[in-house]
Amino acid sequence: MSLQDKDRIFTNVHGFQPWNLKAAQKRGDWDKTANLLKIGQDEIIERIKASGLRGRGGAGFPTGMKWSFMPKAPTPERPNFLVINADESEPGSCKDREIIRHDPHKLIEGALVAGFAMRARAAYIYIRGEFIYEAKVLEAAVAEAYAAGLIGKNACKSGYDFDVFVHRGAGAYICGEETAMIESLEGKKGQPRLKPPFPAGAGLYGCPTTVNNVESISVAPTILRRGPEWFASFGNPNNAGTKLFQISGHVNTPCVVEEAMSIPFRELIEKHAGGIRGGWDNLLAVIPGGSSVPLVPAAQIMDAPMDFDGLKALGSGLGTAAVIVMDKSTDIVRAISRLSYFYKHESCGQCTPCREGTGWMWRVMERLREGNADVSEIDTLFQVTKQVEGHTICALGDAAAWPIQGLIRHFRPEIERRIAEHGGMLEAAE
Amino acid sequence: MADAVHIPDEAETRAKWGGFAFNKANKKTADMYVARYPAGRQQSAVMALLDLAQRQVGEETKTQGWLPVPVIEYVAAYLGMPYMRAYEVATFYTMYNLAPVGRFHVQVCGTTPCMLRGSDDVMAACKNRGLVKGGTTPDGLFTLTEVECLGACANAPMVQINDDNFEDLTYDSMSALLDALANDKPVKIGPQIDRQTSCPEGGPTTLKEMVKANHDYRKDW
Repeated sequence: MSLQDKDRIFTNVHGFQPWNLKAAQKRGDWDKTANLLKIGQDEIIERIKASGLRGRGGAGFPTGMKWSFMPKAPTPERPNFLVINADESEPGSCKDREIIRHDPHKLIEGALVAGFAMRARAAYIYIRGEFIYEAKVLEAAVAEAYAAGLIGKNACKSGYDFDVFVHRGAGAYICGEETAMIESLEGKKGQPRLKPPFPAGAGLYGCPTTVNNVESISVAPTILRRGPEWFASFGNPNNAGTKLFQISGHVNTPCVVEEAMSIPFRELIEKHAGGIRGGWDNLLAVIPGGSSVPLVPAAQIMDAPMDFDGLKALGSGLGTAAVIVMDKSTDIVRAISRLSYFYKHESCGQCTPCREGTGWMWRVMERLREGNADVSEIDTLFQVTKQVEGHTICALGDAAAWPIQGLIRHFRPEIERRIAEHGGMLEAAE
Repeated sequence: MADAVHIPDEAETRAKWGGFAFNKANKKTADMYVARYPAGRQQSAVMALLDLAQRQVGEETKTQGWLPVPVIEYVAAYLGMPYMRAYEVATFYTMYNLAPVGRFHVQVCGTTPCMLRGSDDVMAACKNRGLVKGGTTPDGLFTLTEVECLGACANAPMVQINDDNFEDLTYDSMSALLDALANDKPVKIGPQIDRQTSCPEGGPTTLKEMVKANHDYRKDW
């Protein structure tokens, strides 16, 4: 049985109705938020843990546990901070945009609830620079919430002081990495920091900080209102809840839609995306979680459950649930090579394996695309991806390596065919 | 990061922009941004202020705006930070233009989700109209850039032109859009087909009550 409308959290996801405070309150946002805070800081964290919510930004780390790492007794000189990651830049992902432009009060209310639970003094919402209209909406929504006394001094008359600030990025994918985001918030280049120390120990301005995805924060108030059991009732064990799926590529009607976790791929596509372009026999492969996860060939994905563990079992991942569908008309090598170019463009340049490796991998991918290579280079490329993976400060190196590994794992015959057709590598001119 | 741009002649730029300062309205906005960060942490506002400065340059030149070196120096001094720290930021992030751009900065997304839906056609529409990647048309109207994922993948292919997104494009609708902009005709922002934001084309598959009224689903809880 699939998710019913009454169990959908983001009821205005398509923006048919206004985003403003009055309309949001009619949909149930900011409804006696003070009572949610009365649950108590530690109990809120316990309930989020019990709901089984796993971070919606890609890694799937349990959200409640992350909150529990924050110091319980911050001092005024060293306050706790909540940073909300709205730097949505992963190719395929477009869910935070919908939350921010159509349901911003869910995010702001969530910021208060989450910030209160982790004893934070303020939340910074880091929104990607290219979301210009979305940032305007968010700024206006924050101003509305201040004017109504919902945030700021004595937020919602709870006695708790909590500020929400919007910080706009300026076009760097890497700032979606939590420590790069903190650097960027401090007014520097967004280059990731070494961990440890982890942000919960020393983050923004050296103070304890938690970085959470927009969707993880936005669902928190509804989880508390309806109870952790309600949220946990969706999806397979360890993969609880509802999720915004973003379906792009070769489907008949691409869209963003909220569904229960673990929904089978076929059902998701049939129900909401109007099926695969040209029918199911025309499906070639799917990138199920945004560009950073390896692709999955058609036969394996068709009836797979769309959740963290189900896709991990296929050697891929749920990531941000950005489903990129590719039919048989796709030049699959070009599709992955274009992602390699993306990572080359977005590498921050700090670690050598990534800075040099992403460019190198892209150049080899471009030659494989034409078949202008030697068969042995496929193995060399695979080996280089292994040398980049795990040898950089942040996960961008891994993210650049995985799509190529997925391609070689599943489409090696296609690459070999191109090389054979091309007649091997062109000899360098004498 | 981005491909290196030719930075305009230093002496000429300095003569033109050496006296740059925020206008009254922008100064107020700049101070509001600075107030968002704890005392002594005003460097955090550098990204917002560079953007503001670029917009002011844009207003003064009737383009999307760019960041001449004296303007970056002004922002650095405004925040009491070394020039080099501000310059690092201006060169690291792709949304700061380090060279002049045209009145419309056409940023075509070419990353895989858009590529699968036909960004090649969108790019072709630009090229056939005389736009050149990385360059500005001789009339100063259009600058064309291929950018990386702009986060509207369910509405691919898309372009961002200055502050506005144009989505669900085809060769024809992109050509029509460029014509309209060139002739100062009104344009429709968002999806260029009959579609509500990222809702499936043809109507929603979920939450259908929301189309007509602001439905409250809580009574069914």
